[in-house]
Amino acid sequence: MHEYSLIQSLVERVEAEARARSATAVHRLNVRIGEQSGVDIELFRTAYLTFRERTICEAAELEIDVIPTQWACGTCGGRIESGQPLRCPACLRPARLIGGDEIMLDRIEMEVA
Amino acid sequence: MCDTCGCGDHELVPVDVHERILAGNEKAAAHNREHFRAAGVVAINLMGGPGAGKTAVLEATAGVLKDRKMAALAGDLATDNDAVRLRNAGITAAAITTGSACHLDAQMVHRAMHDVPWKRFDYLFIENVGNLVCPAIYDLGQAANVVALSVTEGEDKPLKYPVMFRAADLVLITKIDLLAYLPHVSLNRIIGNLERVMPRPLFLPLSSQSGHGVAEWAAWLESIRSSHPNAKIVEGSLT
Repeated sequence: MHEYSLIQSLVERVEAEARARSATAVHRLNVRIGEQSGVDIELFRTAYLTFRERTICEAAELEIDVIPTQWACGTCGGRIESGQPLRCPACLRPARLIGGDEIMLDRIEMEVA
Repeated sequence: MCDTCGCGDHELVPVDVHERILAGNEKAAAHNREHFRAAGVVAINLMGGPGAGKTAVLEATAGVLKDRKMAALAGDLATDNDAVRLRNAGITAAAITTGSACHLDAQMVHRAMHDVPWKRFDYLFIENVGNLVCPAIYDLGQAANVVALSVTEGEDKPLKYPVMFRAADLVLITKIDLLAYLPHVSLNRIIGNLERVMPRPLFLPLSSQSGHGVAEWAAWLESIRSSHPNAKIVEGSLT
């Protein structure tokens, strides 16, 4: 249930940005969440709907871009399927996670006077 | 006011941020890490499900690393039972009671550092809240992440909680003395599953009860310590 604490950090970050730009409202947030980030997307959404009340995000839409897990060989760059041993079958080098662990705030759409 | 025509309407502005949502925690963790480094203290974030044997591992560690000074912060939703157990084992320990929080974050650790004279120690063990999900994504400023997984929890736990095991520098496969009573549990299958979620699988079968593997665990800790830039130089040997 760390989704609530993530949303708290998210809203605080948005509030700071809105304050710095004297925004009167926030319309949309774009976030990127990886499949391997340990974040449950539905819980994240529910937490947002609960937590945004009486904040500047009250009417802001949350758009979530879900990033699939991608493992690749650190040496040859060849892709390694999830569910397989995380070692390159060709080079025998450990795999590297190249996508899927993101928990990012990308963009805020705000209204300024 | 709208700059284009001066109509008085509000303007919609897109602001690109591209920042990790946990940036605040990461900043606090970097601050802790700097403190640990400057004081030559090796901080270990010990994670695992409830009942995986985290406290028992630390009790056994105190029995082996007798020449090292050990402190611990024990995180739980309620009670200071673990801190009491650790103190009885000779470890200077404080409890972090999180109330309802399912994980420790860098700020909680920082606040708790005021409760133990941590600078005097060789090791600071941070026993995280028992949970295989949430603690995985919070950097505390540790030198290494260690995950305890007991043989009674199920062979497929690494596959079910991949984020936790991916974050681990070392997995302690605990309670292996119980394997004798678990004919359907295979150590090899647990290891095979770890290899599917850890790119650099490093694991140690261990029993805090029988002492099996505890010396190897202590040697691993000492290897982390010796690679730590400011680790206190204390003469001593493993007993």
